[in-house]
Amino acid sequence: MGLLALFRSKPNSASIAKERLRIIVAQERGGRGGPDYLPLLRRELLQVIHKYVNVDPEAVQINLEREAGHEVLEFSVALPEKPAG
Amino acid sequence: MTEIIVVTSGKGGVGKTTTSASMACGLARRGKRVAVIDFDIGLRNLDLIMGCERRVVYDFVNVINGDCALKQALIKDKRLETLSVLAASQTRDKDALTEEGVRRVLDELIAEEFDYILCDSPAGIEKGAHLAMFFADRAVVVVNPEVSSVRDSDRILGLLSSKTHRSANGNGGVKEHLLLTRYNPRRVANGEMMSVQDVKEILGLDVIGVIPESPDVLAASNSGVPVILNEDSDAAAAYGDAVARLLGEELPLRFLEEPKRGFFARMFGG
Repeated sequence: MGLLALFRSKPNSASIAKERLRIIVAQERGGRGGPDYLPLLRRELLQVIHKYVNVDPEAVQINLEREAGHEVLEFSVALPEKPAG
Repeated sequence: MTEIIVVTSGKGGVGKTTTSASMACGLARRGKRVAVIDFDIGLRNLDLIMGCERRVVYDFVNVINGDCALKQALIKDKRLETLSVLAASQTRDKDALTEEGVRRVLDELIAEEFDYILCDSPAGIEKGAHLAMFFADRAVVVVNPEVSSVRDSDRILGLLSSKTHRSANGNGGVKEHLLLTRYNPRRVANGEMMSVQDVKEILGLDVIGVIPESPDVLAASNSGVPVILNEDSDAAAAYGDAVARLLGEELPLRFLEEPKRGFFARMFGG
């Protein structure tokens, strides 16, 4: 880094990149290995919920847990504090 | 015993073909019998990087279709006698490659006792990329320290662990390695580019090589001489190290720090 660069504010975009990737990669890995219909199911469930409550897509979590002999599809929706509409 | 290695990435333009060409040369230079195959059907380019584009008579699809014998399609490298290139076809037919056809060609190369078969994958996750990785024992995932490349690499890692012959048959899965290209130590030091450590942490894989960003790479493709053959280049030395690691040698990573500059350059440089 040169002398002039000391006076500029140092933009650390690399750490922003790393943080964004850490989150998206974890999310995408979570969806892997599940049945192919899972993304579509998620989307359709979201549409149905939207008819009644205005939730943020990020507030909807869908998880597939594998236990011995069976699978559990876990679906959780964080409702907004005030009911919409 | 033949080992099949796929060079893949998901994203285009990250250096798959450059890496395939250099690693194939590096292995052949150590006396290994190597065949390097271009799986990018319709967009043949490995021949140009290897400098044998005017010697292509028959290609991969010709061999699959039985238009010629495998021997007729294998182009012997003029610099390294144990190295052969199998060019991609320029056909626009997307179904030219079949699992059965690819298997037959690989089996024949194995019967010919090649030590290594390098499969240069096309970008994307379509058929060519799928077949390039399907029979692989090992994968070299080429990644740039940049968000889209890292994300796409993770997608490819997912496919390697689920959509390959080894993963389907449960015989240990495909052994995966990361190879970073276009690495710019100065930008990493300035916090403008993710470091080797960052990429390694995100993808959770071992790094087999870090190739510094270098004008020698473009010069190499301009002249059709794989960059690893350029004795004076840091990029060549870095590819040489990656080949050594592929063969099981343990070497520390090099070229992760920016080269020392003079006093004036440091004071007034950007």
